[in-house]
Amino acid sequence: MIQVEGLSKYYGEQAAIRDLTFSIERGEVIGFLGLNGAGKSTTLKVLGCVLLPTCGRVVIDSFDLDRDPHEIRKRIGFLPENPPLYGEMTVARYLEFVAQLRGVPASQARARADEAASKTALREAMGEVIGTLSHGFRQRVGLAQALVNNPTLLILDEPTAGLDPVQIVEMRTLIRALRGAHTILLSSHILSEISQTCDRLLVIQAGEIVAQGSEADLAARMGARGVIELEVRAPAERALAVLRAVDGVAQAELLRQDGEVASLRLAAPADLRPKVVRALVAADLDLLRIDRGAAQLESIFLQLTQTKEPS
Amino acid sequence: MKPILLIARRELAAYLRSMSGYAIMAAALFVDGLFFNGMALGGEAKRSSEVLAVFFQIAGGVTMIASVLLSMRLLAEERQAGTITLLYSSPLRDREIVIGKFLSALVMLAIITAATVYMPALILVNGKISWGQVGAGYLGVLLLGSAALAVGTFGSSLARSQVIAALISACMVAALVVCWMLARVTERPLSEIFAALALWNRHFPPFTEGVVHLRDLTYYVGITYVALFGGTRVLEARRWR
Repeated sequence: MIQVEGLSKYYGEQAAIRDLTFSIERGEVIGFLGLNGAGKSTTLKVLGCVLLPTCGRVVIDSFDLDRDPHEIRKRIGFLPENPPLYGEMTVARYLEFVAQLRGVPASQARARADEAASKTALREAMGEVIGTLSHGFRQRVGLAQALVNNPTLLILDEPTAGLDPVQIVEMRTLIRALRGAHTILLSSHILSEISQTCDRLLVIQAGEIVAQGSEADLAARMGARGVIELEVRAPAERALAVLRAVDGVAQAELLRQDGEVASLRLAAPADLRPKVVRALVAADLDLLRIDRGAAQLESIFLQLTQTKEPS
Repeated sequence: MKPILLIARRELAAYLRSMSGYAIMAAALFVDGLFFNGMALGGEAKRSSEVLAVFFQIAGGVTMIASVLLSMRLLAEERQAGTITLLYSSPLRDREIVIGKFLSALVMLAIITAATVYMPALILVNGKISWGQVGAGYLGVLLLGSAALAVGTFGSSLARSQVIAALISACMVAALVVCWMLARVTERPLSEIFAALALWNRHFPPFTEGVVHLRDLTYYVGITYVALFGGTRVLEARRWR
């Protein structure tokens, strides 16, 4: 669906991105991960047809960015880091305006605006003037404008930047709800966000892709073992014995015992969670919580970004 | 054409929803009225056509200043607020963005100009006026305003700050106005070139007297085209940066 080959963008002698090559399949949710200044936003701006690349080829839905930029623009929705909002317009008028700007016929613009507002939980705010909205609502309006033309590719640059924890959870829920309907390219340097939302990661460092694949792929490639954390209501020794018997668990350790509840950590890939659950249920142990260890993606990211210093 | 009208309509609504649009209109009408009373109606008795000519000269000067103020926000504000990203990522040509913006300001300028119509009407109360002179005068004011607006749009494309955009545009408009002074201190063929380029001195006065030359029409349309073309090229160039 998206094919990027040898994409570079230079500002004078300085390369913002260099020779990027990757592809994205229809319906995938891709996390674009990198430190500040790594080249994430530049790449997304090129894919969003805001900037022209110095060289390289981008093909989206069989349209070449060089030859058919307008066809590509009709098929993308782009939410930049700062949502492009006109403060004096109401949400409804703004969304209708953007819909028409992106080629939706005037007769359908209102319906598309309503649809985008429904997807982003904005129906209540349709009559509000954008300038009076809170930051969280403005970010939602930004997401709605990216969705209003029902794009095949949705490009979101740091969609949770500046949001409070409640708003971050709301935004993450909104993005998850879009899975399947759109191919999503999402940039962030917040690891938990990427980890919880995306199918596959592209890690960029100093303008170059240093790794791509699923979290498990990257962990395997970096030699990192996955981490699973869980809580069971059972004696720690019994739980450890059951877990150590699960095929694929390299190590199991007790973190703490609070009364009947044992908190445990397993050295095992996150994908092994269903097997772990089945083993505990078979042993008639009460599972209270199971989650992938937060440290996993962090350690992969640190390893990847420390292997190449920014130039 | 549709994207141009879409952008123009939104931009015009932004003028009418903001204080700045009304403030520029009020200030322009106030200055117009003040000078009309002082210069056109005051002093010794004049023929109606002379009063009308002075009125159009005043209106021309005020229009140039209003054009700079109206155009300063057109593209600079989009860059400042980051909304230019929306336009860049939409299926629009850069020239459609520039023309849409320019058209909205031109309509706003036409509204301001139309609101001065009571002044020629006041002359009509006390004498006779030539409708041809009125028509030619207003055409001249709009053409002069169109050229100044286009230069302002170009200036606005160069800057991120509206104040800087206004300063750049004011300098460019002033430079075009004072070309006639350069024409007086240079020799041919430079003097001819400067004289032909002067925004006011050679091309505007005939309109105030009710005379429409094709040469003057071509000049103002040409300046408008060149300045808008420049603005379009600046937008295109920004996609590389």
